[in-house]
Amino acid sequence: MIFLQNAIDAISLGAIYALAALGIGLIFSIMRLINFAHGELIMVGGFSLFTLSGQPLLVMMLGAIMVVTLLALGMERVAFRPLRKASPSTLLISSFAVSYFVQHIVLLVFGSRAIGVSFLSELGTAIEFGGLRIPLLQIVTIIVTLLLMGGLVAFFKFSRIGLQMRAAAEDFTMARLVGVRANRVIAFAFAISGVLATMVSIYLVAQTGSVSYKMGVSIVLIAFVASVIGGMGSVAGAALGGFLVGVVSVSLQAYLPVELRPYRDAFVFLIFILFLLWRPDGLLASKANRERV
Amino acid sequence: MAPSALRPLQTAAILIAILLVISLLATTVPPALQRTVVEAMIKLVVVVGLFIFVGNSGIFSFGHVAFMSLGAYSSAILTLAPARKGALLDLPGIVEAIQLPWPIAMLIVLAGVGVVAFLVGWPLARLRGIAPSMATFALLIIVYVVASNWQQVTGGRQALVGLPRYTNLWVAFGGASLAILVAAIYGLTRHSLLLRCARENEVAAAATGIDISRERLIAFVISAMVVAMGGMLFSHFIGTITANTFYLDLTFVTLTMLVVGGMRSLTGAFVGVVLVSTVSELLRTIERGFDIGGIAISAPPGLQEIVLAALLLIILVLRPSGLLGDMEIGWPRKRQPAAAPAKS
Repeated sequence: MIFLQNAIDAISLGAIYALAALGIGLIFSIMRLINFAHGELIMVGGFSLFTLSGQPLLVMMLGAIMVVTLLALGMERVAFRPLRKASPSTLLISSFAVSYFVQHIVLLVFGSRAIGVSFLSELGTAIEFGGLRIPLLQIVTIIVTLLLMGGLVAFFKFSRIGLQMRAAAEDFTMARLVGVRANRVIAFAFAISGVLATMVSIYLVAQTGSVSYKMGVSIVLIAFVASVIGGMGSVAGAALGGFLVGVVSVSLQAYLPVELRPYRDAFVFLIFILFLLWRPDGLLASKANRERV
Repeated sequence: MAPSALRPLQTAAILIAILLVISLLATTVPPALQRTVVEAMIKLVVVVGLFIFVGNSGIFSFGHVAFMSLGAYSSAILTLAPARKGALLDLPGIVEAIQLPWPIAMLIVLAGVGVVAFLVGWPLARLRGIAPSMATFALLIIVYVVASNWQQVTGGRQALVGLPRYTNLWVAFGGASLAILVAAIYGLTRHSLLLRCARENEVAAAATGIDISRERLIAFVISAMVVAMGGMLFSHFIGTITANTFYLDLTFVTLTMLVVGGMRSLTGAFVGVVLVSTVSELLRTIERGFDIGGIAISAPPGLQEIVLAALLLIILVLRPSGLLGDMEIGWPRKRQPAAAPAKS
């Protein structure tokens, strides 16, 4: 029974990690940018919800999605578009700078303390189900994640721009040669990553009931790991990686000896380094990811 | 050896001379400003250490601050008074009883960090592409999580206080000069040349028989040791250590210094530290507040970081190779050779 409880925890945590990793993986697949500032999208989403609190639920969520998407597009325009030809490391540093910049703007405006937000607190109640106690939030998270992923798959498969995005992820130069508009595809990718980030903010705010300017950092670091494990450049891989990291985290939390539990994250990242040695390209490496000579 | 081959030493000599002038000037200024100079020189040690690996290999490392942490904590354990260790930590008897003079502690810690860096670097050096950068991130987080939870050895979330504060202006000057010399001497060796070949073109370098992993490992170990020295100087300057000190903020500041000045040049690292430290100090003054004609002006906290991040972004967009790019300072040459030798 405990196992089943853990399994549900693992899946719902994995779902959140997968959503965060998807946002990062999507951008990486198209422009080789590991977007450290994705965490700041999540954080700004949280603060948008805080600012809009008191409004109807739908207004809060749509407002947050709008703000975050605009921020994502703005980042791309200001910081990443001029660097499109730069190396992945330079892009990574640049996203690090963007992240720091946004974080401290929020710090300047809202201060450094965590602020409480009452948002969807009714989802905190647990439902009893055959001896299991499952918080409603976990169930909603799993369902929403599955719906979103299904939607994304459909989008990539059936829409024109989705097809173009897949083409750009496969071979960006070639895609441009056959008429895919680079700016449009990249802007779309950022917009989608903004929406995905907002979903993560909604979950985080509902779960913790607070926002702080550092709230995006730890989840983005986990999402990095997830997207690398899945295979940088593979969107399906990012989702898979997210679920795997969720499973590993929850298992460590559940089965590590008590005195070692505070070190859970250290173990997660240690496993990550070992994994990199075993499969530096991740589980589902995209063929386009290898540098050609 | 042709005179141009010794250029890294010229660069080091000039940089150390400039440092000497700065130090002499710093003896005449108020203590608060002098502290800023000392702190900048300690950062210089770290950034030069970072440069040895990042500059020569072209791989960004987000994990070097972990070696600062390692150096700082190890040195604290070796130099703290036994009574204080008994109060703050829970160490095995022999370790608790030990209290060494700081230079000996520093040598022991440097050797230890060298070994650790070798063990950690061995797998990292085998990774290719963006993977090693990600792995250094993981290293940073692992060390941070361990440092902030290992109550018995690091004090966990509590600060470790009462370290002997031996880092004064001249110790910092010595440390910075040593770091610059190490970087310059490493720059003279074939190892640095081979590593820079691999930086320019990994495949071509491997094809000419360069053992890229080995060269990366050598640079990694040297740079980790220099960075650890910076960590020790830093903790024995402040007198306290917390795990939070050695995390993302410090990583960001040191990387900014390196990138702004030009990560491929030692002079660039120097310029980056000077520039970023100056800007930070100015902004800190503004944050503290000042009077203009009786009107108190003060900026909200956070301004410093915002300006630094903006500076880094502007440099990345306008001058991706940093202010100095590949340039190094040296004696002025009488005559440019017709075919300039390949730059570092």
